[in-house]
Amino acid sequence: MSTPTPPRTELDADLGGIEAAEEPKAKRVKKRLTSRGATAAAIVIAILWTIPTFGLAISSFRPEREVKTTGWWTIFENWGWTLDNYNTILFESGASSASLGSYFVNSFVITIPTTIFVLALALMAAYAFAWIPFRGASWLFVMVFALQIVPLQMALIPLLRIFNYDWIDISGTFAAVWVAHTIFGLPLAIFLLHNFISEIPRDVMEAAKVDGSSHTQTFTRIVLPLSVPAIASLAIFQFLWVWNDLLVALVFSGGTVKTAPLTQRLAEFAGDRGSDWQLLTAAAFVSIIVPLIVFFSLQRYFVRGLLAGSTKG
Amino acid sequence: MMSTLTVPAMQLAGRNDNFWADAGSKLGGAAVAIVIFLAVVGLLMFFADRAPKKGRDFIQLTLFVAPALVLLATGLIWPAVQTIWQSVTDRDGTWVGFDNFQVVFTDPTMLTVLRNTVIWVLIVPVASTAIGLAYAVFIDRSKGEKVLKSLVFMPMAISMVGASIIWGFMYTYRAEGFDQIGFLNQVLVWLGGTPHQFLNVPPWNTFFLILVFVWIQTGFAMVVLSAAIKGVPAELHEAASLDGASGWQRFWSVTVPWIRGALVVVLTTITIATLKVFDIVRTMTGGQFETSVIANEMYSRAFRLGQPAIGAALAVVLFVMVIPIIVYNVRTLRQHREVR
Repeated sequence: MSTPTPPRTELDADLGGIEAAEEPKAKRVKKRLTSRGATAAAIVIAILWTIPTFGLAISSFRPEREVKTTGWWTIFENWGWTLDNYNTILFESGASSASLGSYFVNSFVITIPTTIFVLALALMAAYAFAWIPFRGASWLFVMVFALQIVPLQMALIPLLRIFNYDWIDISGTFAAVWVAHTIFGLPLAIFLLHNFISEIPRDVMEAAKVDGSSHTQTFTRIVLPLSVPAIASLAIFQFLWVWNDLLVALVFSGGTVKTAPLTQRLAEFAGDRGSDWQLLTAAAFVSIIVPLIVFFSLQRYFVRGLLAGSTKG
Repeated sequence: MMSTLTVPAMQLAGRNDNFWADAGSKLGGAAVAIVIFLAVVGLLMFFADRAPKKGRDFIQLTLFVAPALVLLATGLIWPAVQTIWQSVTDRDGTWVGFDNFQVVFTDPTMLTVLRNTVIWVLIVPVASTAIGLAYAVFIDRSKGEKVLKSLVFMPMAISMVGASIIWGFMYTYRAEGFDQIGFLNQVLVWLGGTPHQFLNVPPWNTFFLILVFVWIQTGFAMVVLSAAIKGVPAELHEAASLDGASGWQRFWSVTVPWIRGALVVVLTTITIATLKVFDIVRTMTGGQFETSVIANEMYSRAFRLGQPAIGAALAVVLFVMVIPIIVYNVRTLRQHREVR
């Protein structure tokens, strides 16, 4: 083969779809639609898409005076770096300070249990819909599928009222946020996991049945281990979704430092201290750093989940 | 440099308030909740497994499917029904017919809200899909495809609140003659223009909010469409080339028809997301300067202004706007299941 082709890494293949990896390389080169102009356009788009985050990151490490009087693109003329902004927004305590440190903890306390609750309940339901024949199964499943599109706004006020009942009374606690997020996460989770679990070969399931396995045994010994890839994808989704949410947090967390997550405090802070860009940029960076780490380290699972969710619908 | 770096670390260690005790007890609480939850599920499974042969299947089915269904029924379906009811009654629960909807469809501020929502829905899906598709085609099989994809996909991972602050900073305004600190205003100045208050001047401010959401959604469109493009059989492209079709013609006659399904999925998904958009408007303008949209207005009315009935009516309007998409998707799902 005379034409050199760029090497494809494993992740590249993952991002690019499985089909491509199986074709002979020569064909791939021929199939290319790209030209110099297209490459240039792509690079321009990539730069445009990156500049805003880049500017934010730079500014968050610049001293207050520089941030407020000069643009981050003049960093070479107005040289200066500091960690003071982070120190102020994370740890300084006082009425008008961000105290993001506590909210950062809250975000984890909200996100991790929710992710586990959703996954466990959705796995069980998905298994039942896929492998336990019962009357109305199909109808119920379609119903659950349709629910994922119903706007959250439909449920907010009444659900808040339920949380306020005397015998429940969890409004403004972590429990309220956990329950709300779990409920709102279930439809999509059930749908995605059902897609995956229903693809397990029938022979495998029949064999378990012949061996005398009950449903709980089949579930724990066969379905759970086989579903690990799907669980990984969905866990990332659920984690990011809950971590990044603002609406559910605003309505159910009570909005205080006791339970509210980063996003809630960040939105509030943007309103209160809208011109203190040295603090706002640092605060925004604190809130996006965890999703970015999750995203860049687990990108392949993220993409896989996204494709499973959108191509099988 | 060294000293500035160590300051936070020292403060971290020597904090005089009870930050660590507080964080510890919260995280401990979360751990306990997880353990209790998993223990309950485990125990129920254990007992369901030991249930008498007769009726065991039923007990197990209930165990598997009931928790999710009960949660969905009490947390989504029942509340949705109540919201619909609330939208046609007043505070005391007496029937008021469509009064609340009349407000939604005649009040001047509300009309702006509806108009804005329509603008959002018309622009965001098409713009994100078009840019995402173009980008996916441009970088297809190019060197560094992986990195180029990550850069555009990255905004998908961060919160819309974070994105709002990122773009709020891009839009920052300083009066003419002063050094600009917002990048877009600096570009305006470089081009010989005068700085502009991007977020305060209607009707264009809505478009600058929309730009933020396009920035987020393009990555989603790009990744899904890129995977679809890779599925186009090479033979089709070859046959088209032999017929003398240019790259542009092949794109329209081969690629686009082949990825039609993926295009529809991307467009509908982004449309739903756009209808529900809330965080960006809330964080960037709070709905002021004529930028409010239905989801934001619903929140303001129901939770800030003490008008739950209007809020409920807005939620119902949102729901009605989504119904065609639900119907379409359920139909596709049905067909898909029948094929299997």
